[in-house]
Amino acid sequence: MRRIGIDVGGTNTDAVLIEDGKVAGAVKAPTSEDVTAGILDSLKALGASGVLVGKRIDGVMIGTTHFINAVVQRRHLTRVAALRLAMPASASLPPFCDWPEDLAELVRGGVWMVEGGHEYDGRLFMPLDEAAVAKAAQEMKAAGLKAVGISAIFSPLDPTHERRAAELVAAVMPDATITCSSDLGRIGLLERENAGLLNAALADLARDTIAAFESAIRESGIAAPLFITQNDGTVVEASQARRLPVYSFASGATNSMRGAAYLSGLSDAMVIDVGGTTTDVGQLKNGFPREANSVVKVGGVRTLFRMPDLLSIGLGGGSHVSLDPLKVGPLSVGYRLLKQGIAFGGRQLTTTDVAVAMGILPLGDRGKVAHLDKATCARVFDEAARMAEEAIDRMKTEAGDVPLIAVGGGAFLIPEKLPGVSKVIHVEHGDCANAVGAAIAQVSGECDQIFKDLPRRDAIAAAQGIANDRAVAAGADRKTLSTIESEDMPLAYLPGNSVRVRVRVVGDVAAG
Amino acid sequence: MTRRDLGLDDIESLAVGAWILGTGGGGNPYLPLLNMRALYREGCRVQLMDPSDLADGDWVGTVANMGAPLVGQERLTDSLTLARAVTVMEKHIGRRFVALMGMEIGGANGVRPFMAAAHLKLPVVDADTMGRAYPELQMTSVAVGGLAPYPLTGVDVRGFESIIVHKVPTWKWAERVLRKVCVEYGSVAATSQPPRTGAEVKQWCIHGTVTKAMAIGHAVRDAQRRHEDPVAAILGIEHGKLLYKGKVVDVERRATEGFLRGIARFDGLDDWRGSELTINFQNEWIIARRDGEPIAMSPDLICVLDSVSGEAVGSETIRYGQRVTVIALPPSSIFLSSRGLEHVGPRAFGYDIEFRSVFAT
Repeated sequence: MRRIGIDVGGTNTDAVLIEDGKVAGAVKAPTSEDVTAGILDSLKALGASGVLVGKRIDGVMIGTTHFINAVVQRRHLTRVAALRLAMPASASLPPFCDWPEDLAELVRGGVWMVEGGHEYDGRLFMPLDEAAVAKAAQEMKAAGLKAVGISAIFSPLDPTHERRAAELVAAVMPDATITCSSDLGRIGLLERENAGLLNAALADLARDTIAAFESAIRESGIAAPLFITQNDGTVVEASQARRLPVYSFASGATNSMRGAAYLSGLSDAMVIDVGGTTTDVGQLKNGFPREANSVVKVGGVRTLFRMPDLLSIGLGGGSHVSLDPLKVGPLSVGYRLLKQGIAFGGRQLTTTDVAVAMGILPLGDRGKVAHLDKATCARVFDEAARMAEEAIDRMKTEAGDVPLIAVGGGAFLIPEKLPGVSKVIHVEHGDCANAVGAAIAQVSGECDQIFKDLPRRDAIAAAQGIANDRAVAAGADRKTLSTIESEDMPLAYLPGNSVRVRVRVVGDVAAG
Repeated sequence: MTRRDLGLDDIESLAVGAWILGTGGGGNPYLPLLNMRALYREGCRVQLMDPSDLADGDWVGTVANMGAPLVGQERLTDSLTLARAVTVMEKHIGRRFVALMGMEIGGANGVRPFMAAAHLKLPVVDADTMGRAYPELQMTSVAVGGLAPYPLTGVDVRGFESIIVHKVPTWKWAERVLRKVCVEYGSVAATSQPPRTGAEVKQWCIHGTVTKAMAIGHAVRDAQRRHEDPVAAILGIEHGKLLYKGKVVDVERRATEGFLRGIARFDGLDDWRGSELTINFQNEWIIARRDGEPIAMSPDLICVLDSVSGEAVGSETIRYGQRVTVIALPPSSIFLSSRGLEHVGPRAFGYDIEFRSVFAT
């Protein structure tokens, strides 16, 4: 198995080659405005190191913050027609009702609410009003809309109304990009619908970005399928990421944690990823980051995305340091470190300057920071350690000491001993942990559904079957599937034995 | 007659406070809050009325949603449907209400009376019948007071308005009959609970609970803005008691007779390091034990709060690893009588122990 992992970050585009379970090469290139050039540069640099000569690559896995940045910066978004099949319920809370107004203004192409949807037990809530859907489609077409988000009551249990409506819309608008909320899972109409609308808004950007990724890989001369990493540390084939870009929103931090697990050989540990400006602290469980609970806001929009539970603090290799009184971060020189840091001839004292003064980092000009005495340097490092310790303690879920893996370019700030930590593990290639995480990503499938009148064990088995099928559909090798999360919740106030089961499985990418 | 105009900021605080008074149950008030934001954008306004301003012969409508919070997350409670439950009741009894009141201040039902009130242009009385959230209809101050458990109405958004419970012998029967209807509707119904006279509200309802929820919510939101400790802010304005700080280590859930029952386990942090807390729940947090010893139980309010945000953590959504602070708040004195304890004391939930208040010195 030979894979290239690429992380397109805000500052650097990192690329690594993983071969037979080892990091065979790792390079960094500056991220470019158009993303493509940075990827091409990093692939060329990797090629120039000679590690790729005469080798067949099984896959290129790219992690990017491109899609989430589009939402946060309100750029490159497509106007979306919202079609909700739920009337007469939900009328007082129409689609986009809880979006930040500026984002809604950009994305809301129109709202159509018609009769349809199901009950929690699979009964019809209302028959689908097909005539109203067809009329809505005509109006969408007349308004010049090209992206459509469709939602229906309890569609994760029964997606037939959403699918039928999608057919009817496609008949009128054959070129439209249509997102059904049932493809994005999870109970909670508003949050699921929001995810669907965001997804539809990203349709054009996803198509263009992924085409750019593909052309960069082609240009580099590498013949391998492209995979895109997702928020939960798994990958999907490029074609599916093009269809569901929201799942690839926030993969950077996840990839770092997965990379940390891989490089250290630990599957249960705390991870601290010290970047230039911020430090993310998370927890690995079975080799995957622990997920945040339920509601996650993206660009101000409530969703139910699978996201890692992370605590971010303003500490990094570029953090401003002031000595009297002692303060480290949260301001940072960021990617300007090599110009603005004192050891590099600049005027801003940073944590990196202190590390240079202590002889920890062989960077810049140590003479320029000779005025920092040992005691002062120790105070700065103690403060950084205190900040890290507090963040780790807040994220820990067990009282005992736990191992801590320190990765990222600023990992030198993490001392060998910390209270509450059994041992601190620094790993080789830790500064490229995110690209490593992308390279080793697996494929996942999830099921979140209510089962009625089934014994608990059968309900869980049924959910597992659905999750397995979805993972295989996403490109997993069925033989390698394993369940990494299984949660069941009997439903209060519902009659009979209603149980909501959520199962997530992962497997290796199927070869060929 | 003094009536207080409520601004949207008051409603935002009410939502945060009502979720805390939900003591683990009652459903998150987020969707009712969204409805209120929309209604305020459309120009609707609501007013709060002091119970002492009711004439003894006035009639007050009681508003609540019944059903599974999960179904509400898909159907998204509609404000007009709640208003319909009230107008169907008015038509049935042939009287107009002068005001509305909530059955349950805790959880999403704490905000819902205002959704109906905004449409019907009626004030909401600063009172309810639980002072918190409870899972069943007989767990109210008006049931303790022996007031009539009928009539009741149940309305579905699709126009089913046929359900009027004209007469039932007991509150338990009211619960059973209305619950069946609610299940047929799809496990959610907008209901109007038995109407109350001004005299009944003054004698048997729990006063000041809307103001209390708003004050708690305001304290939490204010502390969040100032980056201060929101839990300390709550304890600063309520006569509450800090019980425990810890992390969730296990949550065991099972559905029995249509309720979510189970037990949450916590490991102590800070001053509570090395000490274990368990809380049994039936939708709401019912009994807390520290190292095996009961330390708080219904009717005392057991509130599990997110240690950082100070906002409530519900029994449906609490999960492994969350850092929580557990506090107790005092219940209405109505529930502390021997009759009150029959309805909501530990034995009403199947725990054969004598009620001992956390606030007894």
